[in-house]
Amino acid sequence: MTDQLFQFLISGITVGSVYALVGLGFTIIYNASDVVNFAQGEFVMIGAMSAIFLYRAGVPYPFALAAAVLITMAVGMLLEKLAIEPAKNASVVTTIIITIGASIFLRGAALLIWGKDIYGLPPFTKDVPISIGNATLLPQNLYVMGGTALAVLAVRYFFDKTITGKAILACSCNRKAASLVGINVNRMLLIAYGISALLGAIAGILVTPITYTSYDSGVMLGLKGFCAAILGGMGSSMGAVAGGLLLGVIESLGAGIISSGYKDAIAFVVILAVLFIRPSGLLGSADAERV
Amino acid sequence: MKRLAGFYILAAVLIATGLIFPDSYYVTVVGVTICTNAVLAVSLNLLMGYAGQISLGHAAFFGLGAYASAVLTTKYGINPWLAMLAGVGISGTLAFILARPILKLKGHYLAMATLGMGIIIHIFFVQADWITGGPDGLSGIPEITIAGLAINNDIRWYWVFGGLMLFTTWISLNIVDSRPGRALAAVHGSEVAAQMTGVDTASVKAQIFVVSAVIASVAGSLFAHQQAFVSPESFSFFFSIELVTMVVLGGLASTFGAIFGAVLLSILPEFLLVFEDFEVLIYGAILMIIMIFLPEGLFVSGSRIVTGWLKKREMSTQ
Repeated sequence: MTDQLFQFLISGITVGSVYALVGLGFTIIYNASDVVNFAQGEFVMIGAMSAIFLYRAGVPYPFALAAAVLITMAVGMLLEKLAIEPAKNASVVTTIIITIGASIFLRGAALLIWGKDIYGLPPFTKDVPISIGNATLLPQNLYVMGGTALAVLAVRYFFDKTITGKAILACSCNRKAASLVGINVNRMLLIAYGISALLGAIAGILVTPITYTSYDSGVMLGLKGFCAAILGGMGSSMGAVAGGLLLGVIESLGAGIISSGYKDAIAFVVILAVLFIRPSGLLGSADAERV
Repeated sequence: MKRLAGFYILAAVLIATGLIFPDSYYVTVVGVTICTNAVLAVSLNLLMGYAGQISLGHAAFFGLGAYASAVLTTKYGINPWLAMLAGVGISGTLAFILARPILKLKGHYLAMATLGMGIIIHIFFVQADWITGGPDGLSGIPEITIAGLAINNDIRWYWVFGGLMLFTTWISLNIVDSRPGRALAAVHGSEVAAQMTGVDTASVKAQIFVVSAVIASVAGSLFAHQQAFVSPESFSFFFSIELVTMVVLGGLASTFGAIFGAVLLSILPEFLLVFEDFEVLIYGAILMIIMIFLPEGLFVSGSRIVTGWLKKREMSTQ
């Protein structure tokens, strides 16, 4: 039984890492522009799909991965420039529909370019399972966990230590004040979307050797990322990471112990329970509403 | 008379179209879809447009009604009208139980909670195959009879759904101009201010949530009988999003805006069919473009432009 639990834990943390990165991307965009980006999951799909097709077209593996990340970043920045920036003073509902429209649009584009088939990527290094007791671990599982940890640390460093990171944080605190002290708010938003897309692409590339991908695999991932962000308290980036990992583990345990068919339902039941008991999320602060 | 002028125009258009083109594909097939979607959009607009509470899970109540009718009539041989009533009971009770904890939430948290509710119910339809038939759905749902008349062809269904749409529109217009309607508008404006003037905001929001769920459930029951088949696909997260889009596309807080949005989004796929593979792409692009440039919705922005233009003309003739 402990072996089995350990196995669930491994797969839970692997999937949770993807949720964590998507949730982190969600939070960065939310903080910078007050937009809940429903197209976040498409970044994961675009990162994975472009890596697959570049690799199949004969580009050496590491270059294919790097180029895929750059392509996804470009898509993220274009999204900001073409869809978010022109709709500046839109309400919450309007921005939700704009990003849903963007998500449908990107999915439609992926369908046109890459078709409906399911694709995989080769693992980063030789695929020799590592046995721990009766549980097994693929090297790729370690890459997912390690890659996620690195990405999260890099994001933290960026927002805590660099001047650009701090400028983005300033925009999220008060846009007008930020522009008054000479910060180019539009440029900062653009960078925030780029980083968010970058995280999505990394998640997609890391996990595709294990889970495979297709043009429509971004939808559920995006929703789970949203769950992670909410679970951790909307706006708290480390909360989103913790929320993502927790969600992955709960889901994997639920799928193993209760029923795999209800796997996705378990995640949402947890979210509803958390929202009913603590409406501001696990790590979110209960803030007063301005009237 | 003037207050319901739009309603009479709508009724006249609906009846005239049905009488003049009883055999047209655009009446018997697209028309029925339009009416179904309009019923759902108008009921969602009560919650979203007037009370200002977003719901990304409205399709769930539509599905509950449809599955209640499908399961009870095919598996237990219960009279369709009783089955519909049972569906209303289930949807209404669920909405009533969930209303207070869900509508306590705001903004993105509310969006997440309603979305989660919709997805959980959809997964239940897919997974509980011992009762719902699983991903394959349920078929062989019997036809219904109204006052001895079997509803067994397309044009009769057009009249049934058209009637339901008119009834829903009428209810919506009347709620908005009633005391509870003004309470809703107060909640939309500012919940705290509404509380200060003595509105029981939690109860008002719960009531409208139940009303909109019940209307969706009735539409779902009729949908099940009309299609003679239900499967989980019709009640997914994407359909909930489509309903929200109809409401916003037409213009929030406008009953006719919701109908307009429903008409537009029901017809759009028919036109996009010619684009084949580009269909999804164009659909997404249209959504984005309309929301970026006309965030108030096509119907509301459009009618503002028309009234502005009429005023200008009046001024110049004086």
